[in-house]
Amino acid sequence: MAGLKLAYWPGCVSRGFTTELHGSMALVAERLGIELVELDRANCSGAGVIAEHNQELADTLNARTFALAQQTGAPMMNICSTCQGAQSECQQRLDADSGYRAHINETLAAEGLSYDPDGFSNKNFLWVLVEDYGLDKLKAEVKRPLEGLKVGPFYGCYILRPKHRLGYDERPDRDLYLEQLIEALGGEVVEYDGARKCCGFPIITMAREVSLRQAGTHVGDALDAGADCLVTPCPLCHLNLDMQQPEAAKIVNRDLELAVLHLPQLVGLALGFEPKQLGMGRHIASTEWVQERLAAPAPA
Amino acid sequence: MAAYTLKVRRFQPESGDGPYWETFDVELDPTLSVLDGLLQAKDRDDGSLAVRCSCRAAICGSCGVKINGQSALACKTQIGEAKEIANRRDGGSEPIVVEPMGNMPVIKDLVTDMESTHWTKIRRVTPWLLPEGDPPEREYIVPPESMIDITQSMACIQCGACVSSCLSMEADPDFIGPAALAKAYRFVGDPRDAETEERLHDLANDPHGIYDCTHCFSCIDACPKGVAPMDQIMRLRRKATAGYEIDDHNNGMRHEHAFVKIIESKGTLDESLLLQESFAPGLKGKLAPRPGAIKGLIESIPTAIRGLRSGKMRSLPKLIPGIHPKLPGDAQDNVRRIYAHAEDHSVELNLYIRGEEAEEDAPVPEAEAVPAAAIEPEPDEGGG
Ligand code: SF4
Ligand code: SF4
Ligand code: SF4
Ligand code: SF4
Ligand code: FES
Repeated sequence: MAGLKLAYWPGCVSRGFTTELHGSMALVAERLGIELVELDRANCSGAGVIAEHNQELADTLNARTFALAQQTGAPMMNICSTCQGAQSECQQRLDADSGYRAHINETLAAEGLSYDPDGFSNKNFLWVLVEDYGLDKLKAEVKRPLEGLKVGPFYGCYILRPKHRLGYDERPDRDLYLEQLIEALGGEVVEYDGARKCCGFPIITMAREVSLRQAGTHVGDALDAGADCLVTPCPLCHLNLDMQQPEAAKIVNRDLELAVLHLPQLVGLALGFEPKQLGMGRHIASTEWVQERLAAPAPA
Repeated sequence: MAAYTLKVRRFQPESGDGPYWETFDVELDPTLSVLDGLLQAKDRDDGSLAVRCSCRAAICGSCGVKINGQSALACKTQIGEAKEIANRRDGGSEPIVVEPMGNMPVIKDLVTDMESTHWTKIRRVTPWLLPEGDPPEREYIVPPESMIDITQSMACIQCGACVSSCLSMEADPDFIGPAALAKAYRFVGDPRDAETEERLHDLANDPHGIYDCTHCFSCIDACPKGVAPMDQIMRLRRKATAGYEIDDHNNGMRHEHAFVKIIESKGTLDESLLLQESFAPGLKGKLAPRPGAIKGLIESIPTAIRGLRSGKMRSLPKLIPGIHPKLPGDAQDNVRRIYAHAEDHSVELNLYIRGEEAEEDAPVPEAEAVPAAAIEPEPDEGGG
C-alpha cells in the first residue's frame, strides 16, 4: 500500500533540549514507512506566549507554517502537544473568518504563501498513529512487545483541552489514545492521578515552586502506582517531568527517580530499536530500569 | 425512561467518619439532568442526601459538582450524556460518578464551602467600578464597542466550576484563581474604570496573581457559560505587558518579551537563551537584571549544569549565547517582516463575539476586529 507522507513540524524543543526526540522520531517513521517532509523554514508555534503578547502576530506566524505545509501537498504532523494546542488555537481563528484570513494572507503574500483552510489538517504523532496509521497495523510491526513494562501516560494539557477546539466532538477518544497505544505495544497501563493534569512548565520561570510542585506530585503519584516509566507526546512536559525532576523532588520533599520517555522512544523500543539509538542516555532521570525490565525474560 | 446508577461521594461531618461512596439507582429520561437524578434519589431513597440547587436552569450557579471527574453544573449536564462518558471508562455498565467540587472544603455530601476559596478571592480583586470623580448626573456614556471586550467576563454566574477544576490551585491554594481573575478583567477592560493600571500592578506583582496560572485550559472546559477564564487571564497579561509594560516581580513581562524577541531573531526557540534572557535581558541593550531575577537565574543553574552534562544543553545560559541556528535562506527575514507588520497594528479576533461558524466571504465587521487602539491603554475616561 502507499505509505503515509506528512509535512513534519518537529518544533523547537526537539531540536534544542530534547534532540533525542527528533532522532527517535526519524528512526520510527522510517521503520513504519512514514515519509516525513521536514518543514525546516517554519517558525515556532509561539507556545501560547506569542498569542498572549499579540494575537495577530501568532496567527500570522502559524498561518505561515500551515501554508508551508500545504506547499508539500501532504497533511501536517507535529510531535509536541504544545505545538498542537498553540497551532490549533490560531487555526480556529483563521478558519472562522474569511475576512480575517484574507488580512493574514495578505501579509504572507510577500513570501508567495497563502493558507487555505480547505482540507488542511495538523495532527500530533499520537493522533496520526491511532487515526491514520492504525494500531492494528502498528501491532504487526512490534518486534519486542513491552511485556511487563508498566507505563504511565502523560498527555500534556494542550492536546486535551479545550475539547471543542481540539476536535473531540468528532474524535471523543483522543484522551484515551496513549492508553490504547501502550496496550497495542504490549505494555501495561498504569493508572495514576496526574495523567491528564498539567506538568507546570508554562510557569517555571514565573512561579517556580508551584510549577515544580505540579511536576513532582505527578511523578510521585506515578511511582506510588507502580510505574516503571512515563510516556509523553510533549517535549515541554518532558522538560518539567524529566530535566527538572531533581528540583521537583526537593519541592515535594521525597526521592524521585522515574524515567520519562518521549512517545517515539516508547514506540521505537517496541519496534526493536536499542535504547542507545533512541537517545535514552540523554535523559536526566535514568532510563536504565526500563532497559532492565525489557531485557528480563518475559513473565510467564 | 432509562435506568441509571449514580455513585455519589458522601460525607457527613457530624458522623465523625470520613467520606464514603454510595450508589443510587434512578429512572428518568436521558435528556433530564444529573441534578434531576440526584433529586430523585433524595426524594425516593435518602432525604439526607445534601445537594445545593435553586434555579435548575443553569442560571443561579448553585449546583456545581464533579461529574465523572469533570467540574460542571449538575442541572446543565444531561444524565444520558453523563452515562455515555462514564461508559468510556469500561465500555460497559459503569456508574455515573458524582463528587463535590474540588479545591474546596466539603460541608456535607455535595455541598462545598465556597467562602474561602471563591468569595474571598472575588472580593480580593475589588469587584466593583472605581471611576474617577463623582458619578455623572445621569448614566455613564460609553461607546458600545468599548464594552464588547468585557461581555465574555460579564457572563459569569459565580458557580465555582472553574475554581474546582483549576490545576494551579491544586498546587497553590493561595492562587487568586480563574473566577476572580476573570472578574478582575471585567473591570480592567471597562473604559469607565480609572484604576486600570493599579489593578494590573497588583495582579502582576502578586505571586499568586496572573503569572501563577499554568495555562492548563481546565477552567475553559469547566465553565458552563463560555467565560473562558484563562483567556481573560491572558488578556490581563497582555494589558500588563504590552499595554502598561509593568515590570513585575514574577518575571512575567520579561519572560514574555524574551520569548517574543527570540522568535523574531531566530525563528525557533533557544531555551538556554530564553532562560538567560527572561532573567537578565541583554539581547538588545544592556544586561540589566533585577534582584529577583538574579535569584531566579541562580535557582536555574543546577538544572542548566545537569542539562549541559547530559548533552541536553548546547551552552550554559549566558556563556555562549547565539549559537542556536537561524532559519535557512530568507526564511528569517520573512519572520521579521511578519513581526514588523503585526506589531504595528495587532488585530484581535474575538470568537466569543464573532461566533465560530465560518461565514464565507463576509468581511470582518469593524466592531469585531478590535484594533490595537481599542486595547491599548487610554487616558482616563472616568466619565466624571
Ligand atoms: S511549543 Fe515548543 S516545540 Fe512547539 S514550536 Fe513552541 S517552543 Fe517549539
Ligand atoms: S502539561 Fe504543561 S507543558 Fe505540557 S502541555 Fe500542559 S501546560 Fe504545556
Ligand atoms: S488555565 Fe489557569 S486559571 Fe484556568 S484552570 Fe488552568 S491554572 Fe487555573
Ligand atoms: S467563570 Fe464560569 S465556571 Fe467560573 S464561576 Fe464563572 S460561570 Fe462558573
Ligand atoms: S441549579 Fe441553578 S445553576 Fe444549576
